[in-house]
Amino acid sequence: MTAVVLAEGLKKEYPGHKAVDGIDFEIRQGECFGILGPNGAGKSTTLRMVIGLTDLDGGSLELFGQPMYPEHPTLAKKIGVVPQEDNLDPDLSVGENLLVYGRYFGLADREVKAKMDELLLFAQLEDRKDAMVRELSGGMMRRLMIARSLVASPDLIVLDEPTTGLDPQARHLIWQRLRALREKGVTLLLTTHYMEEAAQLCDRLLILNRGQILDQGSPTALISRHVEPEVVEVRGDGELEILQESSHLPGRVERVGDTTFFYSNDAHVILDFFRDRHDLTCLLRPANLEDVFLKLTGRELKD
Amino acid sequence: MINNIGKLLGRYLPKKGFVQVWRRHFLVWSKSAVTSLMGTLGEPFLYLLGMGYGLGRFVGEIENVDYLVYLTSGILAASSMNTATFEALYGGFTRMTRQNTFNAMLATPLRVVDVVAGEVAWGATKALISGIAIYLVGNILGSIPSPGAFLVLPVVFLSGVVFTSMALVVVAIAPNYDFFLYYFTLFTTPMFLFCGVFYPVDSLPQAVQLVANMLPLAHVVAIIRPLTIGLPLDDLFFHLSALCAYAALTFFIAVQLLKKRLIV
Repeated sequence: MTAVVLAEGLKKEYPGHKAVDGIDFEIRQGECFGILGPNGAGKSTTLRMVIGLTDLDGGSLELFGQPMYPEHPTLAKKIGVVPQEDNLDPDLSVGENLLVYGRYFGLADREVKAKMDELLLFAQLEDRKDAMVRELSGGMMRRLMIARSLVASPDLIVLDEPTTGLDPQARHLIWQRLRALREKGVTLLLTTHYMEEAAQLCDRLLILNRGQILDQGSPTALISRHVEPEVVEVRGDGELEILQESSHLPGRVERVGDTTFFYSNDAHVILDFFRDRHDLTCLLRPANLEDVFLKLTGRELKD
Repeated sequence: MINNIGKLLGRYLPKKGFVQVWRRHFLVWSKSAVTSLMGTLGEPFLYLLGMGYGLGRFVGEIENVDYLVYLTSGILAASSMNTATFEALYGGFTRMTRQNTFNAMLATPLRVVDVVAGEVAWGATKALISGIAIYLVGNILGSIPSPGAFLVLPVVFLSGVVFTSMALVVVAIAPNYDFFLYYFTLFTTPMFLFCGVFYPVDSLPQAVQLVANMLPLAHVVAIIRPLTIGLPLDDLFFHLSALCAYAALTFFIAVQLLKKRLIV
């Protein structure tokens, strides 16, 4: 089967820095593919190339087996875009936003109107059809943008940091909506700098840093490939001595800020070691994507 | 061969999607049409009353017509320029920057050329709306004597196309709203004052005449004035060609510059 997106050696250079520096990836039909990375890693630039808002400086990019370049109406028709910034039409109501956007895709008003209730229900905005966009909360706006991206029944939906700036409740609602889309078989491409989001939603993801791919795979594969299954986080006043005292412990140690991370296959040895140190806070948790990122780059993902 | 030419032209010409951009602007406008009409009508109406009656008393006649009649044709032309220019500069720039409307449009099958064509069609429509309003006022005041004067309306629309396209070039390079002052001071205000809106261009020094007559507003005035008064149209083809050339050239430049700005 043809890949939905096939990128080879993708490059984008801006004066003074390489935003995207030769990356390869393939997105398959029906999967949710994530691009994880800190701010400035090149996530948005990659997305802009995929949706045709940026021209490539090198490499090749195919969507649905056809070369993608800016101003490609036939391919643009198959893509729904949910941008990071709010670009809903503030001069129009919720319903009019959907109607007018559908017209940009060449849809007749009756076609959009036939879908309108379903889209509003999906966005949980069924009682807000006549509200003006500026009356909506941040989460509602983001949901409306997702509904708007569905207006022309796209084969691929591209979302740039869909939950950045939202409170946890609003974020969970968005996740739920995106999972619903995935279950319907829609192919999703999203960027995020929340590892939790990547782990919750993505079938496969690539980790991007400074325009380059550090690794790609499913969240569990990435974790088992790069880090030990369990982590003990140790924080406290005496933490300077921790490293010296614990040098004989099994596993790997990383220090970030005021926290020391012990990666191990058997974390109980570590917990036992710190049992009597009441001046320290110890936390045992399973390893996650954040740890993978920390190991691959030597720094935290939170930016 | 013909196919290739067609493809090449297709890249530079808008497709029918531009109509949807126009419809978007019309929908937004229709929500506040009354307020907007007040603004569109207010200024030209005040010019007609204040200068036509006030100054007209001292001037009497210019080129054998009553000053109010002379001025009405000038204001028709000038208002098409001002309306189109304001719509493109403030409306267009706001949609491009603050509201991200252009970005939203470009994430659909619309291309930059379609978005620009929609803006131009809309700017020209607003020029036409103001033209119709002044045409009606002029008829009430009796300052549009020619029965064939309704033919000025397509000219007003063409003038709107020219001045919207020109202003979109400015939008494409403007870093902020303050930048528009350069355009007003260097282009639109001089045209307003020197291109025959208030008095004949011939009364200016030779060198100034030469420049003034090349500017687009002078061509608009040269067509509109004889049409409203009922005089023979001299050099109609020349003036129309000049306006079309201005429109085509600035439209093309605006599209190229906006592509550079929006597709980065």
